[in-house]
Amino acid sequence: MCRLFALTSKDPVSPMEAIKALDVMKEGHDGSGVGLLLRDLGGPFEEMKDAPILSGIFSEEGIRKLDLFMMDQGFMTKYKMSIKVPKQTLEGTPKRGLYLLRAYEYPDSWNVDTLDEKELATRLMMTRLKIREMGEEKKDMIVFSFWPDTIMLKELGDPMQIARHLGLDRKDLKARTIMAQGRQNTNYAINLYACHPFFIKGYSTMTNGENTAFIPIRDFLSSRDFPGYMGYQSDSEVFAHILHYTMSGLDLGLDAYKHVITPLQDRDIENHPDATFLKHLKKSCRQLIIDGPNCVIGTLPDNTLFMAQDRKKLRPGVVGGRPGMFAFSSEVCGLDAVIPDRDKSKDIQPMHLDTAIVGPDRQEVKICRQTEPLTLPL
Amino acid sequence: MSSNRTINPSSLSLSDLPWQINWDKDRCTLCGQCTAVCPMQAIELAVFRKRNIATSMDLKPVGNINPSERPLSAFETWYGIRQKKTVEEKCIGCAMCSMVCPNDAIKPVPNQGIDRYRFHVNQHGEPRTRGGRRNTTDSLLDRIKFIRISMLTDPALDAGRHEFELRTLLGRILPPKENMLRLRNNGWIPPVREIYPLIIGGMSFGALSPTMWEGLQMGVAYLNEELNMPVRISTGEGGCPPRLLRSRFLKYVILQIASGYFGWDEIIHAIPHMKEDPCAIEIKYGQGAKPGDGGLLMWHKVNKLIAAIRGVPQGVSLPSPPTHQTQYSIEESVAKMIMSMSMAWGFRVPVYPKISASSTSLAVLNNLTRNDYASAIAIDGEDGGTGAAYTVSMDHMGHPIASCIRDNYLNLVAIGKQNEIPIFAGGGIGKNGNIAANAAALIMLGASGVQIGKYVMQAAAGCIGTEKDRCNVCNLGICPKGITSQDPRLYRRLDTEDVAQRIVDLFVSFDIELKKIIAPLGRSTSLPIGMSDALGIDDYQVAQRLNIKYVV
Repeated sequence: MCRLFALTSKDPVSPMEAIKALDVMKEGHDGSGVGLLLRDLGGPFEEMKDAPILSGIFSEEGIRKLDLFMMDQGFMTKYKMSIKVPKQTLEGTPKRGLYLLRAYEYPDSWNVDTLDEKELATRLMMTRLKIREMGEEKKDMIVFSFWPDTIMLKELGDPMQIARHLGLDRKDLKARTIMAQGRQNTNYAINLYACHPFFIKGYSTMTNGENTAFIPIRDFLSSRDFPGYMGYQSDSEVFAHILHYTMSGLDLGLDAYKHVITPLQDRDIENHPDATFLKHLKKSCRQLIIDGPNCVIGTLPDNTLFMAQDRKKLRPGVVGGRPGMFAFSSEVCGLDAVIPDRDKSKDIQPMHLDTAIVGPDRQEVKICRQTEPLTLPL
Repeated sequence: MSSNRTINPSSLSLSDLPWQINWDKDRCTLCGQCTAVCPMQAIELAVFRKRNIATSMDLKPVGNINPSERPLSAFETWYGIRQKKTVEEKCIGCAMCSMVCPNDAIKPVPNQGIDRYRFHVNQHGEPRTRGGRRNTTDSLLDRIKFIRISMLTDPALDAGRHEFELRTLLGRILPPKENMLRLRNNGWIPPVREIYPLIIGGMSFGALSPTMWEGLQMGVAYLNEELNMPVRISTGEGGCPPRLLRSRFLKYVILQIASGYFGWDEIIHAIPHMKEDPCAIEIKYGQGAKPGDGGLLMWHKVNKLIAAIRGVPQGVSLPSPPTHQTQYSIEESVAKMIMSMSMAWGFRVPVYPKISASSTSLAVLNNLTRNDYASAIAIDGEDGGTGAAYTVSMDHMGHPIASCIRDNYLNLVAIGKQNEIPIFAGGGIGKNGNIAANAAALIMLGASGVQIGKYVMQAAAGCIGTEKDRCNVCNLGICPKGITSQDPRLYRRLDTEDVAQRIVDLFVSFDIELKKIIAPLGRSTSLPIGMSDALGIDDYQVAQRLNIKYVV
């Protein structure tokens, strides 16, 4: 089983906070990998909120290819953060070239100021996919995200050791929204693209537990004629894509996400104020029903953070904090390590109907129950 | 027959017959029940004569023998059971004689060699016709294993105590975006039924006896109304009794129309009086057991009642044409037929075609994907059953179901319509008794549900047919169990209540077994349609073909 920790804070904090939480929850993961998502960044990236940041791992050859490609596209490097890796490698972690965190200026030809937001998002995604494709053959370019105000890092090995190895405690690396996962490698071959969190167009999720309905869900998403629905080195990647499909593809709210992945049973739908809508949603999105056991933590483009459990509620998950800082954790000990001074009596363990949501204002945890009316764009 | 008589080419001996009657003289009480019950009149009361030689034990020279002590030749006579040897009266192995014998004195045994009867069955130029099945125990579905067992990384579920949603959808499901849009704009959304994934496939009133049909309907009604299992039953092509058409139970029924349109005059006239819409309309274009051949009800079975329901004269054979007479092209005729049927019920009832599995099935499916009114597709494989067909059709025509379903499902996946047109699989499900495993395998290969026929007859009514060419006389109206007969003397053997009870037993036990399969796979909240990663088989070529795992 994996362990998850996510943090949302009004002041930027170091990713080491999240790593610390993973470390205290070490009994629950086998240290086979770590994934980090940093959004709403502090430090030098604070000044360039709109510039897309490319996160990935590149070999020397890969960097040359990347530079040629980006120049060809018209992207100019605006800022780069270098991660210096000690010469001595970590046991269990492959030797890598360069961990790249680079902010770009948009190509002039894109006319970003007048460009439609959706079109911009699509172009960024297509650029990321192109780079990923270019790196597939020689494995010399691995790209995790290419999005404004977003950094992603993934590596194989123990989270705390890797964080120290890469020097993630540096002062200029801070963020207000952080997601971190300590990985347990299960059925699928270890591959950096299989590390959570997963990212698509500003939507990101990480998941605890296996996805037993993976194949039908993958088949459904892959056949949506949407180039971003690809990869699937991990059975959990579909949760991010379903989130994107629900909110961006179907224009529904976050409160509908859980109705897509774990619809109410028929007798509960009958009693729901939006019964007709839910019946149709359940039928038409039948192939997206997850069967768990999964705890999903995710962020939206506006930095809303949420946690949802599957229908069986077989995975742990707790939410707690205080106005200005909330954390979502697989276990209470992770929460204690990062926000010890919270009112623990207000900790929430979302159950099988709940989506726990902390909005971008970071003031409170809202529980959205599936039996409540939906905010529908009808 | 004496040895000096002419031997006819079709003269058969007992060893030439497919089944031989094994009769025990010592046990037989000559009660006559076996000869009375035999549907083929293959056995008769006969007189047997035996010559006994009685000799003296004395060792006297021949000249000294007293005339009274000479060896005697004596004849003993007794009555017993004799098997007939004509082609028309051959034993079919139904074993009704064993069933009725109070002393276990008689039983048919299969010919251990190759019978010669098969070369003479075509008397008067008429090839063999039969009912039943393909008569082979081979089953690819039986060889598929469920290999993805949840254990520690994700927990297996408790099949006995967990909550399960084992329902499927029958109807055209719109893509999510289109569905939301039409909901918002009050547009037409195709009707979709939520049903149990095990459907009783089309067996007509006529092919089945009135008691069998009534028992099935009663069982289905009980499952729906008392056990909350939305089981559906197809009528087959033979119409539907008027009272059922006008009852609330019609909603559990899928009305089938086929190329003979039998019974549809009655159905169309009943539409204004219907209290409920039928579950769906199934347009039969093909049948897995005899693809490319039409339905057939032989004259033996067309009595007054059947003739009235079907709207035909009594005592004539009713062969449906192999194709619908109006059919010129799939684009035109299938679309028109689906449209007409949809229109007849105000677009409130799903309409879908049933075809036989074939290498051309994909073309039909592709056509349906472009027809917004096509609700589903039912595909019947070569192992499907039939009430009457030529043996050559049953044994040699057709396509296995597994690869056909898989190809069709993967084709839908490729065009992104796997949730829009449900595929229902039929033909050979549970042919060797493994109904839940076969059904689950097909569902994981991509079927939304399965249709069963022969299994229902065997489990719910005690059909004695097996895959070893036993009985197979459904076409002649002499079904010894009264399942496929229209002769009251025969169908009174079948009690409707008993059939209904067995239908309930069948579905409840299937439900438990299905849960026992999918719970260990970690699935419970939706039917695992297309969950092919759970499947494995110990044949590399098959695994490649079906795109599942090869396991040894």
